[in-house]
Amino acid sequence: MKEIKCVCGHVNPNGTVLCESCGRALTEEAKNEKLHDMRYEGSARRSQTYNKSIIDKIWNFFSSVKVGVWLIVITLIASAVGTILPQEQYIPNGQPADEYYEDVYGFFGELYYTVGFHDLYSSWWYLLLIASIGVSLVICSLDRVIPLYRALKNQRVSRHVGFLKRQRIYGKTETAEYSEPLRKIKENLTRKKYKIREEDGNILAEKNRFSRWGPYVNHIGLIIFLFGGMLRFVPGMYIDETVWIREGETRAVPGTDQEYYLENKGFTLETYDKNKDKEVFGEAIDKNGTIAKNFQSDVILYKESGDRVPGQKAEREKEQEDSIKVNHPLKFGNFAVYQTSYKLDEFKSMSFTLDNKESGKSFGEFTVDLFDPQNVYTFEDGYKAELMGYYPDFSGFNEQGEPQTKSPLPNNPAFLFKLFSPEKPEGEISFVGIRKNLEPLGENDYKLSFAGVETRDVSALTVHKDLTLWILALGGAIFMIGVIQGAYWHHRRIWIRRSDDGDGLIVAGHTNKNWHGLKNEISLVLEGSGIKEPVDQQQKDEVRRNEDVNDNNGRVEQ
Amino acid sequence: MSTTIMAEWSSNLLYVSFIMYLIATLFFGGSIRQKNTTETNQKKWGFIGIALTLVGFASQLGYFFLRWGASGHAPVSNLFEFTTFFGMMLVGAFIILYFMYKTTILGVIALPFALLVIAYASMFPKDISPLIPALQSDWLKIHVTTVSAGEAILSISFVAGLIYLLKSVQHTKGSRQSFWLETVMYSLVVVLGFVVASTAFTLGHYEANFQYVNQQGEEAISEYTLPALVGPNKGELLSEDVMEPLVDMPALINAKKLNTVIWSFMVGTVIYLLLRLIFRKRIAAKMQPLVKNVNLDLMDEIGYRSVLIGFPVFTLGGLIFAMIWAQIAWTRFWGWDPKEVWALITFLFYAAFLHLRLSKGWHGEKSAWLAVVGVAIILFNLVAVNLIIAGLHSYA
Ligand code: HEM
Repeated sequence: MKEIKCVCGHVNPNGTVLCESCGRALTEEAKNEKLHDMRYEGSARRSQTYNKSIIDKIWNFFSSVKVGVWLIVITLIASAVGTILPQEQYIPNGQPADEYYEDVYGFFGELYYTVGFHDLYSSWWYLLLIASIGVSLVICSLDRVIPLYRALKNQRVSRHVGFLKRQRIYGKTETAEYSEPLRKIKENLTRKKYKIREEDGNILAEKNRFSRWGPYVNHIGLIIFLFGGMLRFVPGMYIDETVWIREGETRAVPGTDQEYYLENKGFTLETYDKNKDKEVFGEAIDKNGTIAKNFQSDVILYKESGDRVPGQKAEREKEQEDSIKVNHPLKFGNFAVYQTSYKLDEFKSMSFTLDNKESGKSFGEFTVDLFDPQNVYTFEDGYKAELMGYYPDFSGFNEQGEPQTKSPLPNNPAFLFKLFSPEKPEGEISFVGIRKNLEPLGENDYKLSFAGVETRDVSALTVHKDLTLWILALGGAIFMIGVIQGAYWHHRRIWIRRSDDGDGLIVAGHTNKNWHGLKNEISLVLEGSGIKEPVDQQQKDEVRRNEDVNDNNGRVEQ
Repeated sequence: MSTTIMAEWSSNLLYVSFIMYLIATLFFGGSIRQKNTTETNQKKWGFIGIALTLVGFASQLGYFFLRWGASGHAPVSNLFEFTTFFGMMLVGAFIILYFMYKTTILGVIALPFALLVIAYASMFPKDISPLIPALQSDWLKIHVTTVSAGEAILSISFVAGLIYLLKSVQHTKGSRQSFWLETVMYSLVVVLGFVVASTAFTLGHYEANFQYVNQQGEEAISEYTLPALVGPNKGELLSEDVMEPLVDMPALINAKKLNTVIWSFMVGTVIYLLLRLIFRKRIAAKMQPLVKNVNLDLMDEIGYRSVLIGFPVFTLGGLIFAMIWAQIAWTRFWGWDPKEVWALITFLFYAAFLHLRLSKGWHGEKSAWLAVVGVAIILFNLVAVNLIIAGLHSYA
């Protein structure tokens, strides 16, 4: 590697623009600048130095902030496009996506679906964008942080006058007297908590250098966060499943390998009550009708222990008893169980009586367990009801006249019975359901009368395991620390130097942000020292421009 | 104190704060008048302005905590409450930046902006409602207040940017910047149009009810509080002696909201044209002499500072706290819900802002325009996502 030796004796790496030590301009270009670009102290960055091999090219591409900003902006626009229509996971359930978008949104909807925007955030190109931002983050940070670190570490107190002149804040005061002003300035600097270094009667005062590392810290946080997000796709890291558990039922917790079981002791739905809850809620309750107050499942968690040999019943032990509510999941191990949905009053069983139509007399009563119906219900004196068909979610008859069921859930139970009695030992066919009592094969002597129903609630509980959470939390925390470090502190440097001719004192200042604050601080630092405040060389240009603007003010063209 | 009395006092205090901000604006305005340029005079007007602002702010805090006391939860749970809170945070952010930079001109734009936001908020139902289960969490107040504070601080960059542009943009014929700046002014007037139209018809107790067929194909009732220019899908007017709609909308479109939008634009446009007639030039051009003594460099600095201060606060509230709460309440920390996505967009936008500024040197005018776009994104998320794109967050 070619190194550059500066007049001051310091050896700089290839590509350096301003000497790390004294600040002398090392390139022709830099010598001709009016103000130095001080962001990276004119240090040697790989991306600015090499551009030959393919690796150089890739490196330079991703280390460019211009490319980074484009990636961010494209991601931003793509994200916005994904909110124009609801994403697939938010369309009303039960509707197939290929029909939904066209049905509801017409041609535009069809187009949106066809190009894949209905599932935009998991499309390959969206993930590629995010991944590119990640790569860019790594490369751009490496490209800058090391040279910046070197430059700040190697900087000398006595900077070359040319370097100071090209600082945005610069001023020279003619004076023959040095010691008194310098004493006063040092005193003020110490009060302002500057770290002071001295060399040949020159001063470098610096503070909050650590804030320069803020961007790099926050970029590391982001990289960790993105890495954590990627782990989601590793099997076993992430589980997200929903179980429906009826009141009184016990079910295995998905993802625990039949080790954990949950029993639903009862589900509660509460709504706000005008008379019991706060008076001020009255109006809102009147307007809305009902407002939900609480969804809650009282559960018991069991753990199976011991050797779980197939065919042998394992020990089940009670682990925990809890009430799962929205915003209050049940937690155990790496799992959390959430209250996500419910169904009220699902049919559990139905009761009937077997009646003689003419006399109205009952000859037996029985209850059908809708989840475990019996084949025959037998009564005294030769009466019985034989269950020939059970249709838990009855949806009508097909062309052959056979009853149909939509699902195995008892939403609309219906039954085909054969009723036996001493008078009709060969049996009579009867079809019963909710508000239905048909006699498909002709007039019967006996009928089944509806005698009652038992219902229970069902809780939908979502079981969630996410082993990536701590990595995401770590990334998020580091990101926050980095942003705060870079945003709420500012790196400030003030140089005080005797001029080379010995006829005055030069004051120059630099900060990476908040120049207003730096200027105020310099004026406080120089207070009482007799040294003039330096000027903001950039603002001088700005002011000239403003004056032009003001000249036009009275006569604005329409 | 009974909760009803607390609620009553709470809304009185909100009125007081509104009036205080209004008068404070006049004093800040006075401090930048051309005749008034001697330094002590400016200081005096500015002092009264900031004192009134502080009184208004204290009064609005009173509104906030009394309402909290009355309902038992932090009042940030519906559109009225959190928009009002956003208005309060705007004033708070202005106060902080005022004490950092001591520039009265900020108040001339920041306070009217906050007033507009609070007036806008008051157009929504103000009932104190109890919390639905999803909102019953401490994270509600932690998340919403931090997001709101972050967005308010970021909005100050819009205020500074607008001042910058009002001074720097030249209103020559065909100037694109002049056109867009005037569009910004016009948009603000449209919001005013919304407030004027809603207030006028509310005071007149206007009401028109429609029976209509909604998107799910069910019969429903729609209550209009503004005369219906566009009616709902297969709408049938139930009220008497009110205007018949000119056209009916298909079920997909929320006709009531569209109607409100049309009214806002109509009234806003009328106000705008009146102003143009009085000023005889563009609003932005009329305001240019007011800001002629502004230090552009300082405005640029304030704009950048407020993004720097606001960005971490927004990220904390809008992404990190949001993710923590989503993990607790909705089982997953991120679900690509529109509100979440727009928070991400806001985050990405300000990240782009910071990078453009530090690498491409987008200072001054460019930076000011970015600040305008940024606040448009924030307001879009605050208003439009709730009203237009319904998602999990559309509890308002
Ligand atoms: C969403 C992704 C990103 C976020 C949230 C982010 C955030 C930030 C923040 C907050 C700063 C500090 C800005 C300031 O102090 O004014 C910063 C600085 C910086 N970022 Fe990023 N960044 C992201 C992506 C990138 C990418 C992709 C690149 C590279 C191409 C990049 C390159 C830089 C550079 C070079 C700096 C300046 C460092 C310095 O001042 O020493 N950033 N970033």
